[in-house]
Amino acid sequence: MTAIASDADVTASLQAKFPAATLRPSVDHPAVNVPMGEVIAVLQWLRDEQGFDYCVDVTAIDWAEDVSPRFTAVWHAYSTTGHRYVRVAADCTDDENPSVPTATGLWAAADWHERETFDLMGIHFEGHPDLRRILMWDGYPHHPLRKDFPLAGIETELPDIEVAEETQAKVIAAPMAGGPFVASSKGEVNMTDAEPRAKDESWNEQTPKPE
Amino acid sequence: MVSPNTDLAYDSKIEGDIIVSRLDSVVNWIRTNSMWPMPMGLACCAIELMSSAGARFDISRFGAEVMRFSPRQSDCMIVAGTVTYKMAPHLRRIYDQMAEPKWVIAMGACASSGGMYRSYATLQGVDRIVPVDVYVSGCPPRPEALLDALIKLQNKVKRTPSFKNLTA
Repeated sequence: MTAIASDADVTASLQAKFPAATLRPSVDHPAVNVPMGEVIAVLQWLRDEQGFDYCVDVTAIDWAEDVSPRFTAVWHAYSTTGHRYVRVAADCTDDENPSVPTATGLWAAADWHERETFDLMGIHFEGHPDLRRILMWDGYPHHPLRKDFPLAGIETELPDIEVAEETQAKVIAAPMAGGPFVASSKGEVNMTDAEPRAKDESWNEQTPKPE
Repeated sequence: MVSPNTDLAYDSKIEGDIIVSRLDSVVNWIRTNSMWPMPMGLACCAIELMSSAGARFDISRFGAEVMRFSPRQSDCMIVAGTVTYKMAPHLRRIYDQMAEPKWVIAMGACASSGGMYRSYATLQGVDRIVPVDVYVSGCPPRPEALLDALIKLQNKVKRTPSFKNLTA
């Protein structure tokens, strides 16, 4: 492990080592785009040669349904000796079934990050030892942070069949506009009327208080 | 006693060892004043639930201080917090495991209606899976509000035809 002088040195030496890596626009930490095939080698080099010994975050970006490449996987690593961060991003080649090599061999901490990314974005991490959903329940059919998943949700069955039969309850779509805490920017809903406490009162700004 | 119980009147000089009352009153009197909660603390409402058991608010004044974490030994489930869809079946199973008679207090906006969590992950009101007796507004409610809900529930229990329900 060698001591690092500056942020520019990290990206410069990374690009010298991996010519396919390109600089990634960043307002805070040094960041690079790398091809998906090289990403584990890059991360291992960062960990072993540059002292980025702490995996802060593994996540992904869904750009949009009609954009290709649609998914970009992002890693953040931190150096506990150099007190610096680095960001590595790699585009997924497959827009339908995105697949990323696992980083659990480098950092054990990547395990749950990758499970969360799989759960919410539907990105398959090749070689992950235990790639199950971590937040949503097993058997949930959707990946909620994808762009094509509506904010309100999609109606599905409850996790437990017995309870679902007993209660006849379902996972329902809950549009924000129907809720008590949402203002409409178009002005269809008057917030004074929509507020639950206003419904309990016989008077408000529109109808004065009866004497 | 906090609330004077007018259902029972006893004067030992007149009646000796005999107490005359309605059976419903006796059963309801027992149920009302030993309503052990099943604390279903799922979010920040549980903090208020805890403080209502503390010295300042002292839920034991109403005989409900024995927080039973076993559904077999509890009478009243206090759902204090956000119920996710992942948690909902477990909540229903715990409710099913509670012995009759049993009651449910939905404490706070989330348990009552989903609250601000209009989301794919949150159950939009615990009354979709269990029957709720008392709803408490607030986010989270003050401990006084929970005590008020408990008193309301006690009043509801006092009006229940318990003996008829037992033999039915």
